[in-house]
Amino acid sequence: MSGEDTPPEAGTLYDQARWTDDGGYEPLLTETGSTEVAVGDDSPLPDDLTRDSLELPDLAEPELARHYTRLSQMNYGVDSGPFPLGSCTMKYNPKFTEQVAALPETAVHPDRSAGSVQGTLELQAELQDYLARIGGMDAVTLQPPAGAAGEFTGIRIAAAYHEANGDDRTEVVIPDSAHGTNFATAAMAGFDVVELPSAEDGRVDLEALEAAVGDDTAALMLTNPNTLGLFERDIEAVAEVVHDAGGLLYYDGANLNALLGRARPGDMGFDVMHYNVHKTFATPHGGGGPGAGPVGVTAELAEFLPTPHVRLQADESGYERYEPAKSIGKVHGFSGNWLVLVRAFAYIARLGDAGLADASARAVLNANYLASQIDYEVPYGPFHHEFVASAGDQDAADAAKRMLDYGVHPPTTKWPEIVDEALMTEPTEAEGKGSLDDLAAAFDAVAAEDDATLEAAPERTAARRIDQVNAAREPRLSWHSLED
Amino acid sequence: MTRRTRGSPYAPGDADDTAAMLDAVGVDGVEGLFDIPDPVRFDGEFGIEPRSERDTRRLVERTLGRNDELTEFMGRGHYDHYVPALVDDLASRQEFLTSYTQYQPEVAQGFLQALFEYQSMLVELTGLGVANCSMYDAATALGEAATLSQRVRSVSGDRILVPDQLREGKREVLGAYADGPDLPVESYPTAEGTVDTEGLADALDDDVSMVYAENPTVCGAIEPELDTVGDLADDHEALFVLGSDPIALALLERPADVGADVVVGEASALGAGTAYGMGTGLFATREDFLRQVPGRLVGVGEDATGRRAFTLTLQTREQHIRKERATSNICTNQALMALRTAIHVATLGPDGLVDLAGDCVTLARDLAARLDEVSGLRAPVNDRHHFREFQAHTDQPAAAVAADLESEGFAVHVVGDHRIQVCVTDANEPAVDRFVDAIAEVA
Repeated sequence: MSGEDTPPEAGTLYDQARWTDDGGYEPLLTETGSTEVAVGDDSPLPDDLTRDSLELPDLAEPELARHYTRLSQMNYGVDSGPFPLGSCTMKYNPKFTEQVAALPETAVHPDRSAGSVQGTLELQAELQDYLARIGGMDAVTLQPPAGAAGEFTGIRIAAAYHEANGDDRTEVVIPDSAHGTNFATAAMAGFDVVELPSAEDGRVDLEALEAAVGDDTAALMLTNPNTLGLFERDIEAVAEVVHDAGGLLYYDGANLNALLGRARPGDMGFDVMHYNVHKTFATPHGGGGPGAGPVGVTAELAEFLPTPHVRLQADESGYERYEPAKSIGKVHGFSGNWLVLVRAFAYIARLGDAGLADASARAVLNANYLASQIDYEVPYGPFHHEFVASAGDQDAADAAKRMLDYGVHPPTTKWPEIVDEALMTEPTEAEGKGSLDDLAAAFDAVAAEDDATLEAAPERTAARRIDQVNAAREPRLSWHSLED
Repeated sequence: MTRRTRGSPYAPGDADDTAAMLDAVGVDGVEGLFDIPDPVRFDGEFGIEPRSERDTRRLVERTLGRNDELTEFMGRGHYDHYVPALVDDLASRQEFLTSYTQYQPEVAQGFLQALFEYQSMLVELTGLGVANCSMYDAATALGEAATLSQRVRSVSGDRILVPDQLREGKREVLGAYADGPDLPVESYPTAEGTVDTEGLADALDDDVSMVYAENPTVCGAIEPELDTVGDLADDHEALFVLGSDPIALALLERPADVGADVVVGEASALGAGTAYGMGTGLFATREDFLRQVPGRLVGVGEDATGRRAFTLTLQTREQHIRKERATSNICTNQALMALRTAIHVATLGPDGLVDLAGDCVTLARDLAARLDEVSGLRAPVNDRHHFREFQAHTDQPAAAVAADLESEGFAVHVVGDHRIQVCVTDANEPAVDRFVDAIAEVA
């Protein structure tokens, strides 16, 4: 099939490994070998407690090694090439943090007595402290297992705070440019969502905000810099409006990589925030997770944090777990994604003040430099760690597919909606100038191509364009559904 | 090229590059790029000293080294099984590890196929038609099942019934998810560590939207009357949600055969090992509820060459499209952990997995029998078959027994004034003789 390819004319070229088999790519495990075994026969249990049979793939280790190696070759990661997926902060994941997370000392059971896991508790307390300092917060919980879980935790804390004050508040206000998780979180926590239209300049519209908040407002959820990469310059006025109405200010930490050492949510008037450690603190994204979403709060809200919380004992003889006085309870069965948190601790301890500040400086410089080098229009500004270009007359999703042929994982597409045919681009600090120049060349090459070429893309990836509409029409979600 | 000696070691570029880039952007220095008003600009320090890679590693080693080295006989929802080297090796490949959600399926076929295979394994293990790519852990998967019960048209009512012995952490997380939609969570009684079916029947009425049970239960007991639980839930048009894990599912009654509508649990029983409670939420349900499923789903499609290819599908359920009307707020999940579970299942194969499950029964049975012979102990407390773990009565106060065991180098659960819980798997089995000797000393 690749014989029909029209080779791209500029930028770095890319051919992804492609293993093909009859009618597909790498065969499914079951297509290589599968065995159905009877379960009841040799079982140590009476028949009525067991299932009858089980059919699973039955391959030898060398066959499995080859299967998963081939699958990995048909998958693109940060180490493969540039990954400027806006709002996801796909930065380089230091290899040593993998080794640190694999230390045998990390492998303890969560129900161990506090006295027997002092090292684990100390590392938790130290990371809580690091994150509090970085965010300008007074107390931090590590329990939420992802950013959206952090949002859920933070909004539940806001709800508990209002309830403790005898204050019945039913609404959460969210700008239209916010991450989809914000809206879904507020709804899950039982609030009505009030969507706030952006101002002409892409930021919060103060007048609209004043009109939207009131006695029913539990919180405003805000990302700063926002998804256009713009710092909310009026943040002090925003905080005042929300606080005067009796609401709390929630900080979505997805874009914190823009601000390390330059500004802290706590200093801007935010009462509660989450950190995305898989974004800001370089833990691997793992093909979709696991991440971690610690939540920081002001002193006033500390008594609502999830249980157990970890602290230094009053006599400083060791660390202890305790239940905060008005705790919202638990948001994860145990203590969250511990091995992700260990990696984040190692990253912060490695970089220190200077490294963290430099990471943000390079991330912001890279975004600004890349924006200055591409032919696509970039509305709004000045931006920080990311920018949203417009594909103009092109379909942003098609342009993105073509970028794959140039060895670039494309930006987030068609979002935020306030930019037409949006290409939301976040190069992170992981790219050097040469790589950014290649990226710009790829963007420009795609910008110059016609619709037919874009619609035929990608050509050089393992699979060609996949028909997602058809896949959703008659969903086939397991190998059982492929049997005739 | 001069390497920068200060700053992030993970950000390329030298002074000349920086100067050229600043020039192109049209600013004098990097600080000029930060559009931050003075009153909220941060001029302080975090007070975190940078360290070399070696020193950072030593810091973590030294800190975690303050943990006592205990051999754990612990479970109650977080399990340790030997993880084959193949799992670590393959799941550590950067193409998997450093990738993200498969928004561009053409360049992410590998992970998509691996997740499709994971979904398929769970479909086989549960007998239910749909499994998602993972939730955070068993507790959050249970919470998602509760909200699902409100979106399913065949279900009326809003009360959620859970066993009185449910692990507190799970109950609290369920409570958090149930709080928004205002669903009351109530307990039904258990007897001998499993469902008291008469008690459940008394607690049930048509206002109940969901009945939750576990197999094995939190105390390791195997449910003898699961089909009755399923029938009772069915009689009242309530969802029957069953908690389990992929090892137990390989041996115990197939959830679809006992009328389960949803299966939740810890997929991390395979592929993960002990990780201070970090888990992988298993979530499977009937095909009828497909469009109400939370989380990501991988489906089969075709590419432009007509070849079979994989893609995320039915994304209109999800937050990035449906916003406040999404089935869940979940975005980042536990994909890499799901990959690890799938590789572990594949490494074991059907015989290996069923054998491992059988060992979970015999190891617990044998250890309980040995503890029962120890003066001052009675085990198992519950007159049931057990899986991995069981409870034991201690004549001495249980807390004292557990504390003394710690000084002998072992950790167990204290679950009552005179009751401990003990978990045994292929991971700690080699230490069983020493454990029995130690507990005989202290009991």
